[in-house]
Amino acid sequence: MKRQTNRQKSKKFDLIILKTATNYLIPLLLMFSIFVLLRGHYLSGGGFVGGLIASIAFVLHSFAHTTKETLSLFRFSPRTLIPIGLSISLLSALLPVFTGVPFFTGLWLEDSIAVIGSVGTALVFDIGVYIVVIGVTLTILFTIKDNV
Amino acid sequence: MIGILITVFVVAFLILFSGNLARPKYFKFITALPLLLFFYFGYYLVNLQWEPSLLLKYDWIPSLGINLDFKLDGLSILFSLLITGIGSLIYFYASDYLKNAHYLNRFYCYLTLFMGAMLGLVLSDNLITIFIFWELTSITSFFLIGFNNEEENSRKSAMTAFAITGLGGFFLLSGFLLIANISGTYSITELMGSRELLQNNPLYLLILIFIFGGAFTKSAQFPFHFWLPGAMAAPTPVSAYLHSATMVKAGIYLLARFAPVLSDGYIWNYTLMIVGGITMIYGAFHSIFRTDLKSILAYSTISALGIIVFLLGIGTEYAIYAAVTFILVHALYKATLFLVAGIIDHAVHTRDITQLWGLGKYMPVVATAAIIAALSSAGVPLTFGFLSKDLIYESTLNISQWGIWLTVLVISTNVLLACAGFLAGVKPFLGKSSYKKNEFHRPSFLLWLPVVILSCLTLIYGIFPFLVDNGILKYAFQSIAVNEPNIYLKIWHGFNTVLLLSVLTIFLGAVLFVFNRYLRRPLQNIYKLEAISPQHLTESFGEFTRKFAFIYTRLMHNGYLRNYLIVIIVFITVLVGYRLFTTLPIQVITEDLSGFRIYELTVFIIIVISTLYTIKTTSRLTAITSLGVIGYCLCLIFVFYGAPDLAMTQFAIDTLTVVLFVLVLFKLPGFLPFRNKKIIVRDALVSLGFGGLIMLITLQSLVYPANKEISRFYAENAYVLAKGKNIVNVILVDFRGFDTLIESIVLSIAALGVYGILKYRGINEEAD
Repeated sequence: MKRQTNRQKSKKFDLIILKTATNYLIPLLLMFSIFVLLRGHYLSGGGFVGGLIASIAFVLHSFAHTTKETLSLFRFSPRTLIPIGLSISLLSALLPVFTGVPFFTGLWLEDSIAVIGSVGTALVFDIGVYIVVIGVTLTILFTIKDNV
Repeated sequence: MIGILITVFVVAFLILFSGNLARPKYFKFITALPLLLFFYFGYYLVNLQWEPSLLLKYDWIPSLGINLDFKLDGLSILFSLLITGIGSLIYFYASDYLKNAHYLNRFYCYLTLFMGAMLGLVLSDNLITIFIFWELTSITSFFLIGFNNEEENSRKSAMTAFAITGLGGFFLLSGFLLIANISGTYSITELMGSRELLQNNPLYLLILIFIFGGAFTKSAQFPFHFWLPGAMAAPTPVSAYLHSATMVKAGIYLLARFAPVLSDGYIWNYTLMIVGGITMIYGAFHSIFRTDLKSILAYSTISALGIIVFLLGIGTEYAIYAAVTFILVHALYKATLFLVAGIIDHAVHTRDITQLWGLGKYMPVVATAAIIAALSSAGVPLTFGFLSKDLIYESTLNISQWGIWLTVLVISTNVLLACAGFLAGVKPFLGKSSYKKNEFHRPSFLLWLPVVILSCLTLIYGIFPFLVDNGILKYAFQSIAVNEPNIYLKIWHGFNTVLLLSVLTIFLGAVLFVFNRYLRRPLQNIYKLEAISPQHLTESFGEFTRKFAFIYTRLMHNGYLRNYLIVIIVFITVLVGYRLFTTLPIQVITEDLSGFRIYELTVFIIIVISTLYTIKTTSRLTAITSLGVIGYCLCLIFVFYGAPDLAMTQFAIDTLTVVLFVLVLFKLPGFLPFRNKKIIVRDALVSLGFGGLIMLITLQSLVYPANKEISRFYAENAYVLAKGKNIVNVILVDFRGFDTLIESIVLSIAALGVYGILKYRGINEEAD
């Protein structure tokens, strides 16, 4: 118990540099994670790594501030991201079924979009994975941080 | 058809999410759903005249032969009409019966899901979809039986029912896979041609065992019958719907569906006759000395199911026609009796028949309906039951061998069933009433209307049998026996043996009913045999498994992470090492290896130093940081050898792992420096062994060049088929997308697990 109070006290003094750095790093990391997610189909990257990078951004924020403040960045608990991500992945797999081809067939838009490149169900699937990974990582880390 | 099923499932979830917005009084309007479906299938019934079997095909996974095919023939229409018709009445009835229950929306959601699953089961023409819907009915019935989840009895019954029917599901799947393997098709319509192929196969017996395992567990045949009386813990509308009219008939449906393919005139038929015969007499015998109304009905249902299985086993034209008729007869009268039992329970708050009498004065309409149902169950002329009983006697008398004895068996079953019917449907209403007006709930019209409709149908079909005879029963018969029936339901057959036997049955049943109370006490001695009953045996087996699992878990999961690691690593080292040393000549070829480049050497030295540091340090923080350094160095190695994706992922994971350690660092107990010589030697041996093994495997894989075919396929097709240039990513999201999806589900489960365990602990600590 005593150790913990010491730690909390020390927080007040020496985190200014971290906090300031975090303010600049978080948007950068998040943008980078989306960049990694989108380029995945052509260059190295993808939803899984992207999700991990985005989670690192939030973990960094929780170090600089507190978990509570990080959670207040979300409108809802990161746990809800898990079902949302899973549904997006599943939907991208189900989408082909409605157009009459088997489950999980890749569908692509004919024209590719600027910056992103060609858009298809695989990208939607990867976005789902991205969201699941963020949800899972943050749920595990924040639960452990608060409860252990 | 697929649209219909999806609609049913969507509606079910809409009901669930409507939450408490919907007031209880609105729930009766959901009846519109089954009612509309009833008319929809009614239309197809009319359509059967021109098209005896309509196949609707939808592709699902055509590459595996798994398709959402639906078959509309006599048998599936008969069951669909029962499911939706009786379903409508149940929906209507439950809206009043359960109006005070919490979570009525959940109840209707489960009920609708169940109805959808049941419809899917009877309509499917594909083995795999049948299995899926079969399991869905088990799962939804688990929720329905355990609806009063605050009562322990209710939870236990739900578990028992689920365990038994779930086990049956596995049997069924194995049977289906064998059938599909031998015949090469999952489609039931196509299977009809491979009768000889299946029956001449050496695995035929195994297939029969599996299919019987599925059907007997679901249809509560001896010795799997005991889940059904237990399932009476469910709310009465559920019992009426699941355990008299629909779910328990799924096994019957299965047997009827497969009879044309699997029936060989010998093993199939004798097994069904023996099991059905035992079940029918066992159930009927047990039903007459129970005192709980629902219990009586449960055992008589088991007996009735036994009769149907028995008739399917006889397999002659008469018997099949009798079975089809009896399915309808039984659904009508048993649903009535169950619903009446619910009304009585609702009105006077007891179901004990020794306490019930004279209710007829207070609810004359319900009493009339119940008595009609009881008469139908006894087979009194002018009720529908009379016709089916005639057919049953006719079919047993027509067997040349053993005919007399089987008839005697059937008669004794029917006598006992008649008595059970009287006990449940007549006794509560006769005699002098002793209830005061104020301690009595008058049933609302929502409760009595379904009962009246059902018993009216019993009467109408009994008096005008041609209504069903030339319609649904004929078509259902055709789909089992594959030819036109030349049997017609008639009220009057003239004076013959069958009529005599019918009269005898009714007379003996009535006698048994009158003298029942004298028999009750001596018969209750049968409870002494409880120790060897299948139920008791199954329960003690379950208890044994639980204890064994507990001891095993205590042994293996002793809470020390280091022990888990040692067990896992030693196990793998021994297993893989044994295989490696016994099958392969160990060769180490160093010629082709390239020399160290300077940056590789640097990384290598850093790794070695960090490893030593990790081992020697006395601070936990240092150890974790050094491990992190090793992780990052490995990332660098991945980068050197052209695996940037792997490196990125490893980098992110390593960062998060170190973060995770730092998070819990302050909460961990003091760092124990393992200075003990023995422990150091043990750990060193284990890690050296494992490291050596991995090294050997790596070197061996250089000697035997890997098959490059798969990687070449991916490299060549990544852009052609999946429009991606990053092969790793294309494999993840496209070629092996399904694996990724399942992996993300696994991850989610892990996260929920961590959350559940830690939060739960938090709550407990707060409580302390």
